[in-house]
Amino acid sequence: MEAPIVEAVGLRKRYDKDEVVCGVDFTVRPRECFGLLGPNGAGKTTTIRMLTCFSPVEAGSLTVFGLPVNAANARAIKSRLGLAPQDENLDPDLTVAMNLHIYASYFGIGGGEARARVAELLAFAELEDRANDRIPTLSGGMKRRLILARALINRPSLLVLDEPTTGLDPQARHLVWERLRELKRSGVAMLLTTHYMEEAAQLCDRLVVMDHGRIIAEGTPAALIAEYVGDDVIEVATGNDLAARARVEAICRALGGRVDVVGDHVILYLNGKGAVGDPRAALSDPRAALSALAGEPLVHRRPTLEDVFLTLTGRDLRE
Amino acid sequence: MTPGFLGGALRVWRRDMESWRKYYKASLVGALGEPILSLLAIGYGLGRFVDINSGNPGTDALGYAHFLAPGILASAAMNAASFEATFGSYTRMTEQKTYDAILATPIGIREIVAGDALWAASKATLSGTAVLLVAVAAGLVRSWWAIGLPIVALVIGLVFATMGLVVSSRARAYDFFTYYFTLVISVMYFFSGIFFPLGTLPAWAQAIAWCLPLTHAVALSRACAAGTVGLAALGHLGVLLAVLAITYTLAVHWVGRRLIA
Repeated sequence: MEAPIVEAVGLRKRYDKDEVVCGVDFTVRPRECFGLLGPNGAGKTTTIRMLTCFSPVEAGSLTVFGLPVNAANARAIKSRLGLAPQDENLDPDLTVAMNLHIYASYFGIGGGEARARVAELLAFAELEDRANDRIPTLSGGMKRRLILARALINRPSLLVLDEPTTGLDPQARHLVWERLRELKRSGVAMLLTTHYMEEAAQLCDRLVVMDHGRIIAEGTPAALIAEYVGDDVIEVATGNDLAARARVEAICRALGGRVDVVGDHVILYLNGKGAVGDPRAALSDPRAALSALAGEPLVHRRPTLEDVFLTLTGRDLRE
Repeated sequence: MTPGFLGGALRVWRRDMESWRKYYKASLVGALGEPILSLLAIGYGLGRFVDINSGNPGTDALGYAHFLAPGILASAAMNAASFEATFGSYTRMTEQKTYDAILATPIGIREIVAGDALWAASKATLSGTAVLLVAVAAGLVRSWWAIGLPIVALVIGLVFATMGLVVSSRARAYDFFTYYFTLVISVMYFFSGIFFPLGTLPAWAQAIAWCLPLTHAVALSRACAAGTVGLAALGHLGVLLAVLAITYTLAVHWVGRRLIA
């Protein structure tokens, strides 16, 4: 087996008295897109900060490209790393092309190589006709693409993407996804944090869900869905009719699946892969549930990572 | 090849220079206008009055403007570097997150501090050189040692740039700089022997004045302009370089503390 790109074992970090990363283990393998999911305050950003050398590792071990993350290795690690940060930190006073040129110079890339690289990345980001424009004139989607292009200037072996599409409209988001899939095909390993479960499902080969500084689930998107949610989800919108809500909830509970009541929605998760003897195993066929709920305003859908995420981290607001 | 310390610092310097080029005209008017106005208004306006009262009207060799010009040069360098290393660097450190963007590359804190300080000192050199040219044109400089004054401005710039970076690294908001400019920079401006010889102060006040880096900067600048470069001038240069070593070390430490946590 090839050496991992990132390996964290028992990784910990505390700020003042708060432990924000409390013993985290994970591995990013070559050529894979690895997702780090979790609500606000889960410890994702701190984990990313540690592995990009922005925050000293407190305890446990963390290696990137086989090098322990520490001050002595920071330069060597960062020369092979591409970071697309969550906060837009492009140089507002420089043009689009100059942003890339200056960034190339930080890696010791200059002259013809830099010009070729900048031209290539402007095309990749579809920003060729904005090359001489200043940053404040760009749209949010253009800025995100430029940040992504900038992170690729040194042909990184690992691309770290911290919420790469937050705040983008669907068109802009899909364009970024397309670019990221293109990169994945080219073999770049990626570490992605996101709040968008659809994004994780689209891009990640494997992912972990973090909460309160710990990893609470790990697997491929499909395996996580199968393990934590099941095969089918039936959502019934009961409106303000409390009697209807109680009736639907009673039917669902009688069916035996896991039931969640969120606002005026009653959600029934049908887990077809329950263990033998598990009452939920009886629900492998959604037809029983659908006929029991016939006439109710229901939606029968496939489960998503969002269901996994909410199942694991709950529905309380995190701020 | 990954850049080393000097290469890294020069790349940070280049980044600052490139972003300054976009509005260098407005920046030049601000950086050069004020010291030149001071030199002309105070040197000739107030100078005539001082010279008349000292019974020295119209004599050029020891006129007040001659006394004043090297001090204005030193203070212009101080102000240019201080503004750049506070408002400018603080913006890059916080709002624009420019330092964070650079830190994601092989360039480290030491290179960022050195490059940013070198940039602020470059602006100081520009301001100091402009004052020098005006002083030369006005016949206020009589020694070839004045050729060294741009270098003196660069050293002064580095001292105040690194001091400004220390202040920026500890600042929580732009308001903080009001304290720094009022309580530190302005005090130096008025009590470092720019406008009157320190010998007119009581001994204890002189002792305090000689603790201010700008006092040594003014004395060094004056020695170059007058051609009286000797051991004393060398001593002033030594003090400035010693201060620079301390402020640079502190700036690296505190900027690092702020960005890497």
